[in-house]
Amino acid sequence: MNKSVIISSVLHAVFIFLTAMSLPFLSKKPIDLPPIVSIELIQITDKTNIPFAPKAKKIIEEVKKKEDKLVSEQAPPKKIKKIKPDSVPMPDDLVKNEKEVKEDKQNPEVIDNEVKQVSEFEKDELFDPNNIAALIDKSKEETAETTKKNDKVTQDQKRNVENVGLSLSEEDALKAQIFGCWSIPLGLPYNENLLVRIKLQLKRDGTVAKSEIIDHARMNKPGQGFYKVLAESALRAVKLCQPLRVPTTGYERWKELQLNFDAREMLEG
Amino acid sequence: MKILIKIIILLIIIPSKSFSLIEVDITRGNLDPLPIAVSPLSIDENSRQNFEKILKKRNIGEEISKIIEVNLKTSGLFNPLNKDAFLQAPDIANLKPRFEDWNLIKAQALITGKVSYLDEKLRVEFRLWDVLAGKEMVALAFTTVPTNWRRVGHIITDKVYQRLTGEKGYFDTRIIYVAEEGPKTKRIKKLAIMDQDGANNKFLTLGNELVLTPRFNPTSQMVTYLSYFRNLPRVYLLDIETGMQEVVGDFPGMTFAPRFSPNGKKIIMSFAKDGNSEIYTMDLENRIVEKITNHPSIDTSPSFSPDGKFICFNSDRSGYQQIYVMKSDGSNVKRISFGKGLYGTPVWSPRGDLIAFTKLHKGKFYIGVMRTDGSGERLLTENFYQEAPSWSPNGRVLIFYRETKTDDKGEGFSAKLWSIDLTGYNERMVKTPTDASDPSWSSLLSN
Repeated sequence: MNKSVIISSVLHAVFIFLTAMSLPFLSKKPIDLPPIVSIELIQITDKTNIPFAPKAKKIIEEVKKKEDKLVSEQAPPKKIKKIKPDSVPMPDDLVKNEKEVKEDKQNPEVIDNEVKQVSEFEKDELFDPNNIAALIDKSKEETAETTKKNDKVTQDQKRNVENVGLSLSEEDALKAQIFGCWSIPLGLPYNENLLVRIKLQLKRDGTVAKSEIIDHARMNKPGQGFYKVLAESALRAVKLCQPLRVPTTGYERWKELQLNFDAREMLEG
Repeated sequence: MKILIKIIILLIIIPSKSFSLIEVDITRGNLDPLPIAVSPLSIDENSRQNFEKILKKRNIGEEISKIIEVNLKTSGLFNPLNKDAFLQAPDIANLKPRFEDWNLIKAQALITGKVSYLDEKLRVEFRLWDVLAGKEMVALAFTTVPTNWRRVGHIITDKVYQRLTGEKGYFDTRIIYVAEEGPKTKRIKKLAIMDQDGANNKFLTLGNELVLTPRFNPTSQMVTYLSYFRNLPRVYLLDIETGMQEVVGDFPGMTFAPRFSPNGKKIIMSFAKDGNSEIYTMDLENRIVEKITNHPSIDTSPSFSPDGKFICFNSDRSGYQQIYVMKSDGSNVKRISFGKGLYGTPVWSPRGDLIAFTKLHKGKFYIGVMRTDGSGERLLTENFYQEAPSWSPNGRVLIFYRETKTDDKGEGFSAKLWSIDLTGYNERMVKTPTDASDPSWSSLLSN
């Protein structure tokens, strides 16, 4: 009896010791965390819709032209393999041109292209904290692709997507479109509460089936001339902008939209 | 009871498909001028011939539409589209615009109209259309003597401007100013008046006496101005409509810039009594003079707020000339300008929200605006020498005068009227037949 108890307890002790020794945190060294990189979140329109001074506009147009040329000169993705040592090198002139344009560019999309062109191995080596924006974009594309492949979306996931409003980029695209269509009546006072809310019923292609000013009664009240003018300008903007830049999927969630037009920020200057 | 509980539980458990309304905040827009099509006002052949005989104008309908177009363009808020692009004939457009055609040329608003000769009078009807909504916004008709055709154009512009911007227009107005002629050392200065677009210029005085600082009464076509009689400053009242002139009084020492109170019953000015310049008001009915400020410094250029409760003025009581605001009885004096440089000629906006001023800093003159508490100072224009801003009746545009430098030979001097709107981008020279200074903008002639 005693013998069997001793053998059992020894074997238990051995197994416990072996298990403890094989745990991963005991054998591996702590991971060196990379330095923290702060990321500032900004709206895309802050970067894309900045009104340029006439001189700057010219310069930008010139740069854009160069970019267009570059795009036409760039090889399609498959031909990128030519960069590899076993392929024929690109002509020197083309490489020079590419370098010149790269120096001028500030657009993260271009950086994205650069990342796409290098091989997976090189990508790891070329990691640069400054290119995080590009990497995030890339990762979004990749996840989007994987979700498309995995058509079997669970009910919970589907519910989440449907109940969430527009994504930041979807909302931003819509805003940017309406910003361009809305001619703000400059005679309006900046210090009055003039918020116009318009409820839209949209078709799948983004055209407006019905538009309704939520506080419609205010338009015909005496002394509300400014509100009426603002409401009419907002309606014009909606009509001028259609079809609206709405997402291609999830019609059920955006078939009804409310636009809140508030010009105070602009009028105050 | 149990069944009821089961149903409630089932309702909670079964996912209901509900979507919250998505809201998108639009806080920015474009500040581009609104594209507007001004279709020539249609006219029948009989009326055209009658007006041609009277006014020596081949097509008075086209002339009126040109006035409207120029007014809208100078406002900086509208972009009248090129008439060559119009697809619809004026007479048909006035009956029922084909909105698709106007939409095609990117017009957001459309003006159509018709001119007719009726009992020796000019009858003009016009319609403003919202092209995108496809509906009529305003429709009005005016009847007047044919020689008033320019004013009809201005009145139509005011109606369009008000309907599309929400604030009253400023086109059916006049500007009184000091017309200047001759060399700088021996200038002849006359009172002159013209429409806001520079047309119908008339001289009101002969130029025998020096005239200064004419100012319109905000409620009528009455003007007050300063003139020197036997080297003594004298304040006059002039009724533009009747031509009647009356002396308000002789004042001692340096007298400056008489200006009406908002109700037109008082004038406010500064003059030096006992060697000290103070601000006074005079009741125009009983001619009682009341002292408003009492300070050993120089207080000048007073201007009432539109509600008559406050007065802004400039004073050097802090050591440098700055802008101050006080109650209309002279109490509660507060300095509101604190920027670098000297501030002068403050004028309260008819809207009541801003004060326009002239600023001198590092040898340059600026016309600017600030809020009535002194915050939000914005300099609208800079030049070698410019001053005396005067507000349009809607408080959106300022008119002032600008002088150019004389060269080494003492030549090249000129003084011209300029206007600028509150954005600071829409700056234009107002054409006058002679050199001009000290402009003052009238209230709307038709209310």
